[in-house]
Amino acid sequence: MSVGTPKGLASSGQKPITEILHPLSATEEPLSPGPDVTINYTGDRVPFHPHKLTVQFDVQGKTTPDVAVSLSAQLFVFFACECDVTRACRVSPQEVGLTNGAPSETPSPASASLLLSRLQLDDNLEADTMDPYASTETRDLFVIVDDPKKHVSTMETYITYRVSTKTTRIEFDLPEYCVRRRYQDFDWLRIKLEDSQPTHLIPPLPEKFVMKGVVDRFSEEFVETRMKALDKFLKRVADHPVLSFNPYLNAFLTAKDLNKRQGLALLTKVGESVKNVAGGYKLRARPPEFCAMGEYLDTFSQKLGTIDRIAQRILREQSEYLTEVREYGAVYSSWAASEEELQQPLEGVAGSVTACCGALEELSDNMSQDFLPVLREYILYIESMKNVLRKRDLSQAEYEGRLEAAILRRQEDKMPMPAEVEKCQDKVECFNADLKADWERWQRNKRQDFKQLLIGMADKNINHYEKCQAAWESLITVLQDKQTEDNTSDTN
Amino acid sequence: MIMADSGSGEEVAVIGNTDITSVESENNIINTMVERGTALLRKMEISVAEAEKRTGKNTVNMQEIYTVYLIEIRPAESVPEGGTPAAPDTLWRRYSEFELLRTYLLVTYSYIIIPPLPEKRAEFVWHKLSADNLDPDFVERRRVGLENFLLRVASHPVLSNDKIFFLFLTEEKGWRDAVLETGFQDKVDSRLKSLNAMFRVKNPDKRFAALKHYSDDLNTVISQLLRVRARVADRLYGVYKVHGNYGRVFSEWSAIEKEMGDGLQSAGHHMDTFAASIDDILEEEEHYADQLKEYLFYTEAVRSVCRKHDLIQYELEMAAQDLTYKKQQKEELATGTVRIFSLKGMTTKLFGQESQEQRESRIAALEQSIQEGEELLKEKNAECQEFVRTAWEDIDRFKEQKDKDLREALISYAIMQISMCKKGIQVWSNAKECFNKM
Repeated sequence: MSVGTPKGLASSGQKPITEILHPLSATEEPLSPGPDVTINYTGDRVPFHPHKLTVQFDVQGKTTPDVAVSLSAQLFVFFACECDVTRACRVSPQEVGLTNGAPSETPSPASASLLLSRLQLDDNLEADTMDPYASTETRDLFVIVDDPKKHVSTMETYITYRVSTKTTRIEFDLPEYCVRRRYQDFDWLRIKLEDSQPTHLIPPLPEKFVMKGVVDRFSEEFVETRMKALDKFLKRVADHPVLSFNPYLNAFLTAKDLNKRQGLALLTKVGESVKNVAGGYKLRARPPEFCAMGEYLDTFSQKLGTIDRIAQRILREQSEYLTEVREYGAVYSSWAASEEELQQPLEGVAGSVTACCGALEELSDNMSQDFLPVLREYILYIESMKNVLRKRDLSQAEYEGRLEAAILRRQEDKMPMPAEVEKCQDKVECFNADLKADWERWQRNKRQDFKQLLIGMADKNINHYEKCQAAWESLITVLQDKQTEDNTSDTN
Repeated sequence: MIMADSGSGEEVAVIGNTDITSVESENNIINTMVERGTALLRKMEISVAEAEKRTGKNTVNMQEIYTVYLIEIRPAESVPEGGTPAAPDTLWRRYSEFELLRTYLLVTYSYIIIPPLPEKRAEFVWHKLSADNLDPDFVERRRVGLENFLLRVASHPVLSNDKIFFLFLTEEKGWRDAVLETGFQDKVDSRLKSLNAMFRVKNPDKRFAALKHYSDDLNTVISQLLRVRARVADRLYGVYKVHGNYGRVFSEWSAIEKEMGDGLQSAGHHMDTFAASIDDILEEEEHYADQLKEYLFYTEAVRSVCRKHDLIQYELEMAAQDLTYKKQQKEELATGTVRIFSLKGMTTKLFGQESQEQRESRIAALEQSIQEGEELLKEKNAECQEFVRTAWEDIDRFKEQKDKDLREALISYAIMQISMCKKGIQVWSNAKECFNKM
């Protein structure tokens, strides 16, 4: 019977990370949507169990294979089972090509949904259903960064954050982990990721603020904002089909103590590679799609910068407005003191003005805590993206250089193309494929994030106006009641 | 009865428009006015319908541009059945003529809190608002203010009966001479002189002192309120207008986006709308500021009544003092004793006693003078009492009017704020819809 737990998962023989099929090799295999295997949704049973899935996603007409998704295939099916028929259909014939179907135990939809709900730590479910673009990837690794704590030792003072993990992946020995990490550890992880996955886009960390005194690094506000940014960073890594399988991430999430000695050596290496890129080799022909990416990033970062400036300007204007309005309310109060009949109405106005001040303050706080950090993250994200683009250019340059040299030599010696040139070519192509996949992911995320961000901005403004409106409306009822009361007493 | 009354109202209006040639017809008007008493506004609609720019020569023959305001009066509910409404009688007046009218009222009815005119120059303006006297918005606000002034006078139980006021509404040319004929300017002068003397009243009326104190407080608090409000308006303007930048950047950003493009573009339009909406909001709020300003200027009128009371009180005290002095002199002469050191006492001692006859004639003269003084004192006393009575009547009326007006102003201000909030909610909801489509 199918009421088995996902126990079968562990025994289904997941491949170790090193054996992950690379997009490059995947393109060489025929990647036709397999009509030979179909998913049939038959009540509470799913009659087959894919050992490995290749998911193909179609964005803007271009087909990009991403084999890494295969690792989360089992869970993918869970979701397909759990969800309604339409959702299952969306996964089946057109989008899922099964390269190697192997029967294994089937979890029931009930247990799958149970699992799902257990795994849904935050409002991701909502986001998933809201966003049709993100549903092609399923999640089986959930991380949360929260609970900042201040540590004071004789040497230094620092903040650690709790990093909690829940997962069904077999790379993890336990389903749940909980460790404490500080900013440096996140930095280490990012450097490790950048080094070990050079062809991928690594999400940005919040700014370092090494300059002491410029920012109060222990203020509640700063810690809160940084915590949110670190959470975002780790979630983005955990959601990434390739990065989430990086062993350094595993170590970061699970190890009691991080051995970071390697990290330091790496720092210099990264610096070098950046320097190389800066050297600037003129590419013979940068593929137009990457040119377009570069141009897009330039314009986008410029626009984000403008939005950031506008948002900050608005906050400044609002805070100056707030100062004046507070005084304005106070004048009404002092006026009320010298009146008899008008005392109550004037005090009422002062009260409404104060209520509006409170609402505006809340709006400003929300904007500076929720809106600005997202903008900042994307500005940094763009930098990471540009960095990857530069590295890609570098690897193309290397290939072109070697190719040119080889052609020259071949003209003289009639030698076959040396293997290292081919290796270089592979590397470039692999870079291109990874970059394109990451680009598509990034675009989808960006669209989703900005949609949410802007809707949030609208909601906050609406909320602010609603509160002000309520304050003034309550005043009017008070004033008009008083008036009619007076009128009736006059007539009596 | 009503028909007959309204008929005469119409007639008056017609007469008012033609040149008055005979004293008789003038008397007629005045009689009708008195009959109609305070109900002027019930019989007559008064409005300042429009303003117009004119160019002309001033007294020193210099070219100047000024604004004239069209006053329209028409009899209210005067239309006989089936008839068409009578065309309004119209005439043009300059601001300076309004000023003259008000000065006349101020001098003639010193015990009344005379309604103020709208400001001569725009004060308490926030930076977007022009302080130029010929600015259309300023002229429009002044037009409303002048109309309000006329309505206030016309609805005043005493002022509405003034014949000069009636002529102001009906006689474009002859009015000026009529005002000057009243000789009110002489009174202005003596009044101002007395004010300059910095009189000190010995026994000030506590009620008037309290009223003066209150009007000082009101003046301070309203001007402070207006000043802060102008700054608040400035800042709010900034907050809204900076949002307009979102409109531009969203539109530019939309150019590089595919799926998000349309939503961003239209959300940008809503941000433009949001930024533009502040102009109307603040324009409307300016009306509230004008209502406050009217009461700011009213405080000056209240103080003027208080000053007039001080003056009368001072005159009364002076008369009493004078009388006391004369009585004392008489006593000295009668008893022959000199209670206080005086030049007269000295001369008496030095040059011997004056003759009996001389003394008697002096006593007679003093008695005459004392009698006159007593009458004067009585007169002043009566004047003072009358002033206090009439002034308090008007002050009570004013207080009631003030409480009612300001309460209404506050309600309309709250309604304005609500409509601003609703506009804001509307625009942001529209924008949200666009964001949702992204």
